[in-house]
Amino acid sequence: MAMSYDRAITVFSPDGHLFQVEYAQEAVKKGSTAVGVRGKNVVVLGVEKKTVAKLQDDRTVRKICALDDNVFMAFAGLTADARIVVNRARVECQSHRLTVEDPVTVEYITRFISSIKQRYTQSSGRRPFGISSLIVGFDFDGTPHLYQTDPSGTYHAWKANAIGRSAKTVREFLEKNYKEEHMESDTDTIKLAIRALLEVVQSGGKNIELAIMKRDESMKILVQEEIEEYVTAIEKEKEEAEKQKKKT
Amino acid sequence: MALFDVSGYKSHAGLRGQILGTGVGHLVDRPNQEFAVPVGVDPSGFLKSCSREGAVSIDLNHGTTTLAFKFRHGVIVAVDSRASAGSYIASKEANKVIEINPYLLGTMSGSAADCQYWERLLAKECRLYKLRNKQRISVSAASKLLCNMMLGYRGMGLSMGSMIVGWDNKGPGLYYVDDNATRLSGRMFSTGCGSSYAYGVMDSGYREDMTVEEAYELGRRGITHATHRDAYSGGVVNLYHMQEDGWIKVCKEDVSELIHRYRKGMF
Repeated sequence: MAMSYDRAITVFSPDGHLFQVEYAQEAVKKGSTAVGVRGKNVVVLGVEKKTVAKLQDDRTVRKICALDDNVFMAFAGLTADARIVVNRARVECQSHRLTVEDPVTVEYITRFISSIKQRYTQSSGRRPFGISSLIVGFDFDGTPHLYQTDPSGTYHAWKANAIGRSAKTVREFLEKNYKEEHMESDTDTIKLAIRALLEVVQSGGKNIELAIMKRDESMKILVQEEIEEYVTAIEKEKEEAEKQKKKT
Repeated sequence: MALFDVSGYKSHAGLRGQILGTGVGHLVDRPNQEFAVPVGVDPSGFLKSCSREGAVSIDLNHGTTTLAFKFRHGVIVAVDSRASAGSYIASKEANKVIEINPYLLGTMSGSAADCQYWERLLAKECRLYKLRNKQRISVSAASKLLCNMMLGYRGMGLSMGSMIVGWDNKGPGLYYVDDNATRLSGRMFSTGCGSSYAYGVMDSGYREDMTVEEAYELGRRGITHATHRDAYSGGVVNLYHMQEDGWIKVCKEDVSELIHRYRKGMF
């Protein structure tokens, strides 16, 4: 009887589901993968770049957006929905600076984005936002954070997470390879994000877009050459690991 | 707007406005206010007409002396305790300091009703902020909230001169907020009609490296001398010291005894 309970978003089904929200989560699963890793001194977001058509200017396809000097986010799902959410979040960051005279904490802006998303799951005639987002940054006391929000309006903090297509595979990879000690080193944190993306992205470094933020610095989007450097280093490490295995 | 729910600014259009976002209009509108003012009423004009010669006089002087200053070991806050209604002394032990939380104090001068109401509202918002964000509100944010409340009723006859004093992770904070929505950060303020006398004493005795006892004495002197010369100040001196781990109430001494200590040659 699912059919009769998914028309109007505000209605629960008899077994307690909000079907529109679950369908929104399906839309998210169709979006391109995004990965986030929280290191000790650096936070990293990587997204899978879809191959652009020949005539398309690929600089206009940006899936990682800065919300303020100390916070940025990536999303998976409907790009148009994300644009609205990002705009509202940017205004809120500045409004917070005006009223409180302090930059937002990552948790505050995540909570704000989640409340917007939740509001749309509880009003008539509107559909939920079809995006999940990964929000990373540093609070003004220097602590790094990584949060994930989803279309239902819930949010959780993570040490490393992935959303979008093949999120499950990437998350399993992260669970296997995330090591607390490695997070002390910026390079290792970045490499973990790239390795996680390489699991699911075809044709390697060319289809990866990566942004990092170190404490007290602004967001930096890595250029293609820098990503290639990391990819080469990762492949070398892989080869050496293979050789070690063959020897023993 | 940030802290929408905390600052009480909600769009009249309700949920629809919240979802669709606020347009440019809301930045200049007077958003949701605690008290709706009927259209066409001019409260400040009415108050002016009441202070004419021969008419019933509603005198809203800031009949008080309060002072606060920062020094090496924190912030000293000293207030008098006389509440006057015209030339009638309504109370000799009014409480002019509101203890918002263990790290925030607000002083009151002007209309007692206005001060008490708005500062208690500020205390409520500070508490809500702490519950929502799991950390105490900063002094600059608290003073900004009060200032924005005043801005909503600017020109309508509110009378409030207040100092917000606290200690947050930026260090000791001292802000002056008044009914014109002026908000100033500074090292030394005094408000009320006795403020000129208090400034004189503070300016001549202030040193940044005072000891704690010297600072207490300076605060007491400021209020005492002001109450000695200003008819609308008197009662007792309530003295607070804002330290890194919160405020302490230092003393509550009658000015008629203090003035004898300070002016030995006079009596």
